[in-house]
Amino acid sequence: MNELNMLEAINECLHAEMARDDRVVVLGEDVARTGGVFRATDGLFEKFGEDRIFDMPLAEGAIAGASVGLAIAGLVPVAEMQFLGFAYQAMHQIAGQVARLRYRTQSRFDPAITIRAPFGGGVRTPELHSDSLEGQLANVAGLKIVVPATAADAKGLLASAIRDPDPVMFLEPLRGYRGIRDQVPDGEHLVPLGSARTARPGTDVVVIAWSHQVELACRASDRLEKEGLSVRVLDLRSLVPLDLAAIAEAVDACGRVVVTEESPQTGGFGGEVVATVVEESFWSLEAPVIRVSGFDVPYPVGMVEDLYIPDEDRIAAAVRRVLEVA
Amino acid sequence: MTRPSDGQRRQMLVDMVSARTQSQRMWNLQRQGQIGTVAPIDGHEATIVAAAHALDPAHDWVVPQYREPLALRRYGPEVLEQFLLYNIGHPAGGHIPAPIRVLPNQISLATQLPHAVGLAWGMTLQDDPGVVLAFFGDGSSSQGDFYEAGNLAGVLKAPVIFLCVNNQWAISTPVHLQTAAESFAAKAAAFGIPGVKVDGNDVDAVYEAVHGARERARSGLGATLIEAALYRLGAHTTADDPTRYVPAEDLAAARRNDPIAILRSRLEAEGLWDAATQSEVESAALTAVDAAHERARTMPLAPDALLDHCVSEDSPRLARQRLALLAEVEGTR
Repeated sequence: MNELNMLEAINECLHAEMARDDRVVVLGEDVARTGGVFRATDGLFEKFGEDRIFDMPLAEGAIAGASVGLAIAGLVPVAEMQFLGFAYQAMHQIAGQVARLRYRTQSRFDPAITIRAPFGGGVRTPELHSDSLEGQLANVAGLKIVVPATAADAKGLLASAIRDPDPVMFLEPLRGYRGIRDQVPDGEHLVPLGSARTARPGTDVVVIAWSHQVELACRASDRLEKEGLSVRVLDLRSLVPLDLAAIAEAVDACGRVVVTEESPQTGGFGGEVVATVVEESFWSLEAPVIRVSGFDVPYPVGMVEDLYIPDEDRIAAAVRRVLEVA
Repeated sequence: MTRPSDGQRRQMLVDMVSARTQSQRMWNLQRQGQIGTVAPIDGHEATIVAAAHALDPAHDWVVPQYREPLALRRYGPEVLEQFLLYNIGHPAGGHIPAPIRVLPNQISLATQLPHAVGLAWGMTLQDDPGVVLAFFGDGSSSQGDFYEAGNLAGVLKAPVIFLCVNNQWAISTPVHLQTAAESFAAKAAAFGIPGVKVDGNDVDAVYEAVHGARERARSGLGATLIEAALYRLGAHTTADDPTRYVPAEDLAAARRNDPIAILRSRLEAEGLWDAATQSEVESAALTAVDAAHERARTMPLAPDALLDHCVSEDSPRLARQRLALLAEVEGTR
């Protein structure tokens, strides 16, 4: 075990996967010579050279589109979108092409493509650097959506994503790159896609979260414990495939549910989680499910973004509210 | 100047006549409600066939838009068979079997161009000596993907050939509403690659241009943009009525430049073609397209085939959807 932050864990995983399989190639904006704007790909260019990692022209559509061609050629592309909001300029390739390569060729080609991107707010970025698009992407059949909340999971899930024969959107919490630190297993570490994790035990309420909201939910729960409340936090880890059994188990055990996410509320993945709770565990519910989310506005600018992002206070308030129903 | 041999030119005419004959049969099948939308090939035969003949099917990939498959006979009978399967709406129609180096049709215009660059680049990284030829139309050249792909190919020196089939019409939109550039070939300047414009009704000109671009790509010099100028002699598709917008006099002039008539008269003058050959080729083409249609019509289709090949393994949710679908189908039997 080593204590690493999330960036270090991702970087360690990329080094290991490129060494393990020489079909793995990394492409993106500023990923090679400078090691990525956040240094996620630091040292790969020096170690693996210009035939394995590529600084691409600034065209997200071409990064995603070329990844399709690389996969058809039998390589395993790991593409980086510098920020997930920039993927809007690649959506026609991601949703229209990457996601359906297997379907439209009936598996002649394995779209073993991983697209990494940081997302989420809280660091005063310019516009379109913080958008949470996981709900939009989850509505694209054929994509897997992976959203780690810890450094250990970032390493283990990214390794699984790269080895997966299907396309994976691997979404990294920008605020957690250096802020999230935990014990990361040495050597090979694989976390299967589609298995949720109990981030914090509890019995009165379950807060269902993913990515950076997991940490906020845990902090809110620690605070609520001092008020005598036992709050469980379920970290989904991947939205597609979704761990239906883990959701049912947690809801059956707690009976009260809060779902928290950073994206706008309407059409967000939180709604999908609520629908899943209702389908799987309606008769276990002791109160209506409460959603915590961003607002139905574009991701805002710096002076107002703290009001936008669900924080510990909002999550704690939602937990208290879900307990008000007798 | 690299000219195709007499044998190649004769084979090209076989492929061109076959393609038009089969396209016309498919038009009729669509009109009878037996297959889906058809984009007729009339007028495009010389360009597509000559390009295919300048490639090596064992090594070079063809990345189509959607009008080309009937003219890709050189890549094997499976291309026609899968095209009919695709056209009838069978999910397996998009699976052109390995090792045939042809991608399935691409309906989303120009999105295939970055794929072609990625494929060519990936081949280079693995020391595969082949090249990639991607077809697209004059209308597709307005898409961002054309510029992103051209630029990337230029930077990477990827062994790719962009073949712009300029048939003068994007459904009803004429070329002068598509671009103010002097030609589509001129756009190559922005990518730092050569751009050449050729007569798309002349198999010799197209063959020479593609052959040259292929040699260039194989020697590591990178991509080429070729514009083949021709005229769409038919409708855009079975869903289109070109009499609403194609000037009759323009069409009449274009018909005097019919690429099949041009090559046929040349070969007849050289003693390489005659009426009996024409009729044999047409007859064999009809037999082949009818056999492909019959195969498509009778191809087995599992009740839950629509859920296959989305992902490599069903998610828990998709597995449930599959069970529900199968129960529903069972219940209605």
